[in-house]
Amino acid sequence: MSIDIQDVHKSFGSLEVVKGVTMTVEKGEVVSVIGGSGSGKSTLLMCINGLEPINSGRILVDGTDVHARGTDLNRLRQKIGIVFQQWNAFPHLTVLENVMLAPRKVLGKSKAEAEAIAVEKLSHVGLAEKLKVYPSKLSGGQQQRMAIARALAMSPDYMLFDEVTSALDPQLVGEVLDTMRLLSSEGMTMIVVTHEIAFAREVSNRVAFFHKGRIHEIGPPSQVIGNPQQPETIDFLKSVL
Amino acid sequence: MFSSLLDTSFSLNDLWFMLKGAGVTLALTFWAVIGGTLLGVVFGVVRAVSPWWINAPLGAVLDVFRSVPLLIQLVVANSFKTIVGINWPPFTVGCVVLALYMSAYCTEIVRSGFLAVPTTTRRAARSLGMSYWQDLSFIVFPIALRVALPSWIGLTLGVMKDTAMVWWIGIVELLRSSQVIVTRIQEPLFVLSIAGLIYFLMSFPIARLGARLEKRWRENE
Repeated sequence: MSIDIQDVHKSFGSLEVVKGVTMTVEKGEVVSVIGGSGSGKSTLLMCINGLEPINSGRILVDGTDVHARGTDLNRLRQKIGIVFQQWNAFPHLTVLENVMLAPRKVLGKSKAEAEAIAVEKLSHVGLAEKLKVYPSKLSGGQQQRMAIARALAMSPDYMLFDEVTSALDPQLVGEVLDTMRLLSSEGMTMIVVTHEIAFAREVSNRVAFFHKGRIHEIGPPSQVIGNPQQPETIDFLKSVL
Repeated sequence: MFSSLLDTSFSLNDLWFMLKGAGVTLALTFWAVIGGTLLGVVFGVVRAVSPWWINAPLGAVLDVFRSVPLLIQLVVANSFKTIVGINWPPFTVGCVVLALYMSAYCTEIVRSGFLAVPTTTRRAARSLGMSYWQDLSFIVFPIALRVALPSWIGLTLGVMKDTAMVWWIGIVELLRSSQVIVTRIQEPLFVLSIAGLIYFLMSFPIARLGARLEKRWRENE
């Protein structure tokens, strides 16, 4: 049980943003991905659940080749939850309905089952009081926690986080990080693309430093953040810390 | 008959005549809006999702319906019908032309509503395992509907008034019936005020319905 990324290349037109990335994330692991803007971190996440096609290489999720012709992506995505920088609430549905929609339509749960799941997940992220509210009435941090609950409602085996706190006001970052801490403490397998270096250091089993489409350094946080070996890593950490 | 022709005051019969005209206006509007909206939704979605080689020709054809005055479209269609030997009554011709005319405008309304749904929102839906069609049905259409409704209401009210053009192909609707009465009693201000009131009474419920839906959605969002 793992996400296995093998020599993946990805271009947008003539611009190559991921230039041969190889990395394995084992079940139960939390891997943080850090690096400057445009280093290809977010793109790699989109490739893992097939939202973006790749140009070469392979990505295996529990042995299934994500980009193979016959792969049922709708099915595969059920076990890979993803939360984006923009929380992407469905504005025409209440918080409860946002979370219930996919379990009902994709997993075919009954209304009562889906509601039970949604209430459980929303309570878990601290939104039990907001079930009947529309997303526009929530703060950014609350909307982002709703997005996390929405992904969790599909009972995914893996969770991908794409700079989920970058668009939030500073005072709202903490509540979202707390929710992610909770998940990691429960043993959720997570790939976290983040600029929150302190958070990465605290929750990750490993940290990968991305630079210009490649992984320059990967290892335990005590090494990559605490005692970086590569000059690019040292420069990057100097600029953000 | 002769005496009624010379009668120069507005009678109950005249009012009844105008109300029958209003009925024709409503029937024309009904079919034009049904047909125009159905076609507009299909064309609008096609225009939003298809490659340029489908999009461009479809857009060009619809541009013709938007650019040529409705009056000319009605007269041309009515003559064309005779030339190719389709034996449609004028009412059917009127409904078909009005529906096509409405569909050309409705297409753009639907297309812009469709494109107003952020790609990131659609990605979020797909990332939850929803299929393309589930994304369309549960995310894109409901959001697009809210964006498109105000323009659609405006278009519907416009089409209701545009139905007056069909008198050129021999249909007596509300405005034409008013003109007939004006010709006889020579009281244009009075008769047209009544006609205007009837138009208003027909439009008002549609406008109110639109405003109510908008208000409800705005409170939520």
